Amino acid sequence: MAEEQERSQVSRRSFLKGVGTGAIGTALLGGPGAEQAAEAAPANGAVGPGLTRITLTVNGQQRVVQAEPRTTLANVLRNELDLTGAKVICDRGSCGGCTVHLDGRPVYSCMMLALDAQGHKVTTVEALAKNGQLDPVQSAFVEKDALMCGFCTPGFVMSIRALLDRNPNPTLDQVKQACAGNICRCGTYPRIFEAALAAAKAERSGR
Amino acid sequence: MPRKIKTTIVENGFEREVEIEVPDGPPVSWGDPKQMRIIGKRVPRVEGPDKVTGKAKYTADVKLPGMLYGRMLGCPHPAARIPAGGVDLSGAERIRGVVAISLVGPEGKTCRYVGDEVAAVAAPTPELAEDAIRAIRVKYEKQPFAVNPDASRTAPQIFGNEPNVAPAGNRAQGDIAAGLAASKATAEGQYTAQTRLHCCFETHGHVCKWDGDNLTVWASTQAVHGTRGDFAGQLGRYGMKPAQVRVITEHMGGGFGSKFGPRIEGIACALLAKKANAPVKLMLTRTDEQLAGFNGPGAMSRIRAGADASGRIQAWETSSENYGGTTGGGHSANGGPYVYTAENVKAEWANVFTNTGPGCALRAPGHPQGCFITECMMDDLAAKLGMDPLAFRRANLKGNRLEKLYLAQWDLGAAKIGWHRRNAKPGAGRGPKRRGIGMASGTWGGGGGGGAEVDVVIHRNGSVEVMNGTQDLGTGTRTYLAMIVAEELGLDLKEVTPRIGDSVYGNSPGSGGSTTCPSVAPAVKMAAVDAREKLLAAIAPALKAKVEELEIGDHVIRVKGDTARSLTWKQACARLGMSGLRARGGWNQDLRQGGVGGCQFAEVEVDIETGKVRPIKIVCVQDCGLVINRLTTESQAYGGIIQGIAQALLERRHADDLTGRILNPNLEEYKLTGPMETPEIEIHLFDTYNKVSGIGEPVVIPTGAALANAVFNATGRRVPELPMTPDVVLKALGKA
Repeated sequence: MAEEQERSQVSRRSFLKGVGTGAIGTALLGGPGAEQAAEAAPANGAVGPGLTRITLTVNGQQRVVQAEPRTTLANVLRNELDLTGAKVICDRGSCGGCTVHLDGRPVYSCMMLALDAQGHKVTTVEALAKNGQLDPVQSAFVEKDALMCGFCTPGFVMSIRALLDRNPNPTLDQVKQACAGNICRCGTYPRIFEAALAAAKAERSGR
Repeated sequence: MPRKIKTTIVENGFEREVEIEVPDGPPVSWGDPKQMRIIGKRVPRVEGPDKVTGKAKYTADVKLPGMLYGRMLGCPHPAARIPAGGVDLSGAERIRGVVAISLVGPEGKTCRYVGDEVAAVAAPTPELAEDAIRAIRVKYEKQPFAVNPDASRTAPQIFGNEPNVAPAGNRAQGDIAAGLAASKATAEGQYTAQTRLHCCFETHGHVCKWDGDNLTVWASTQAVHGTRGDFAGQLGRYGMKPAQVRVITEHMGGGFGSKFGPRIEGIACALLAKKANAPVKLMLTRTDEQLAGFNGPGAMSRIRAGADASGRIQAWETSSENYGGTTGGGHSANGGPYVYTAENVKAEWANVFTNTGPGCALRAPGHPQGCFITECMMDDLAAKLGMDPLAFRRANLKGNRLEKLYLAQWDLGAAKIGWHRRNAKPGAGRGPKRRGIGMASGTWGGGGGGGAEVDVVIHRNGSVEVMNGTQDLGTGTRTYLAMIVAEELGLDLKEVTPRIGDSVYGNSPGSGGSTTCPSVAPAVKMAAVDAREKLLAAIAPALKAKVEELEIGDHVIRVKGDTARSLTWKQACARLGMSGLRARGGWNQDLRQGGVGGCQFAEVEVDIETGKVRPIKIVCVQDCGLVINRLTTESQAYGGIIQGIAQALLERRHADDLTGRILNPNLEEYKLTGPMETPEIEIHLFDTYNKVSGIGEPVVIPTGAALANAVFNATGRRVPELPMTPDVVLKALGKA
């Protein structure tokens, strides 16, 4: 289903719309606002302010969108690519709800322009489960009830996943530090700590 | 013969006790918890996999073809008059694809806080929506304002017809002068609990989609059916009826008392969608949420209290204020010493209005504030008497129907925290870092009420659905619907599919006052019982038995005492008609219990040189009736305590007297408890009855007060104000 939605980004409707405005090359992949004429790149290499072609590597796939240069990575993922796992909560780098991995490192996708993510590998929470099998961090979150309303959960999952990738045997303090950039209003922290340590243990003993 | 019972109802999150008439049917019970296979066990929530993979779609995640992005424009001034015709939308409308509406009526509008709603736009992208609100021109005639209570006392009237300090109630019992005369020791104090923000992580918001005259709304709400009614009511001038509105809340990212209806942004979203002839998603920005998405009113009490040599409170005299911004408030210490009793009481309370956003219920509305105020005075007076704070409290439960419960809970809590380790005399420790232990108690209604209609369908292939319109705020509602039905029908949890969060399902009350479980779970049980009876009646002839001779076991229906005559669950269901079997259940008062008690004990370390308070450990002992899901119930207790820590140590909204602006409408300077601030927490669920009760709110009540008393025990100085940030602590210690 998710794949279908991703593919449908190039819809017949937006294609025809593109033809209609005579801007086939750039408006082909246009989402909302595609009718805005894309600006020609100025000679000095600057982009914008109109729609700009942005090529991203997301979850191992190359994805192309038309978005204004000011558009954050979080908004492109959520609004253009329908990858809504990353949540925009504070929208200014203080809560960690929009955490994704950039070349394996956790970053706040609300604090990064989509343009600046070009040339890097972006991984979102949607890519952790493989073949319908939850990642050990995800399984542990479910089993230990490390979520309530669940809105901050994908961000925590990504922070803990990144921790275990660089440190398979963390202490409780290292777990706390690894998600110190994430906040949860429901107050699931004790469960998150428990889940992180359980996931680490499960992975060390061969999943 | 119908009988009358007392129950708690909730309106906009505020609970009120009312007497209702209920039919007097045969008594129903949950049965023996020890015999249960699923209820009371630790069951991971059924939507967990969707929430950890990003699959779960919240309102904020909904994306429809052609959908526009909405945005609100709020007033930038704390008080301003917008004259008739003072909103010029033309700049916004010149941006391609943008529609805009004014929220100012033909007679103009008086804006009373920064963020008060002025206009709304919808645009093809969120970025263009931001451009559009910047392009709207508004004529503001600035007015005098007051954003803090002290300034409000002498400021011009915020509401033309009401004083800024408005008396709201009073209470008198006995003779205060006589009570003070009979006291061996007296204490005076002024205690202030801050106004707090809900900080729902999913902001208030909706997606509205019209199909002709019918409106579908995805809403981040605590009341699916209530929101449907409100949309229809507020759009009534367009001829809307509830039947034309469908509300969907598959998942929602926190409400905490602030999400009970469409509010102005929901109606704006519907109107924008109509005007644009396209679906519109309008989620408040974080800034708008913090400015205008409600607050939990602050509270202050000046108290003079006295107790006799036995520790009995002889006098409790209070003058209290509620700080709800442009609305009134209320707290549980307004009328007296909260869960304790006193021989003589004199109390008066008032609302103090300010030019800040409106107040509403915030998780146990009024109780964390009132608990803090009361419990501070309890410890201060105990210290004056030279009594152990627990011994002093034991002397003041006379007439409280939870007396026995509290006494047992206090013994347990004291043992678990190591009460004997506290400073016998507050502040007796040495060195720069001082430890202390304190405690506090709380109470809550949480008995639920009628109105839920739950459907259970058994299909011919043996699968089962349970349906109700209710919403899951993160408390585990979806999971216990399935648990209760699986328990009753002898099935595994995965064989029952719960469907909630949609107004097409049976009616459900709003989730306020910790009433969801005690309102919905009884109806689920009744529906499951109905389904069970209907199934047994349908297959009794095949087993050549009477219905009352049959029993349901683990995936089997058999004749009691005759193992030869049985059908497996699948065989039994295969005998049903084409459409299976449908059963319905309503609320049953015999299955729920209101009026819970709980206490928390806290240990802290206070750095008396920096003023930093570090929570070390919190022990929670909470009565919550019959526990349906132990795992999620404990999670709620953790959550309540972690929010209580934020109330005690972190959360402060800064309203600037000079400009009237809120200086921190965000999540980095408005501080919440983070992973690093989370101490060791120990939960003890104190099961008391075999009936369900709500737990969402009671667990948040005592935390702040227990921490405040632990700080008092550590330092010997009362920190009379929340949050106990380093500056406030140093001031109380006389070092700032």
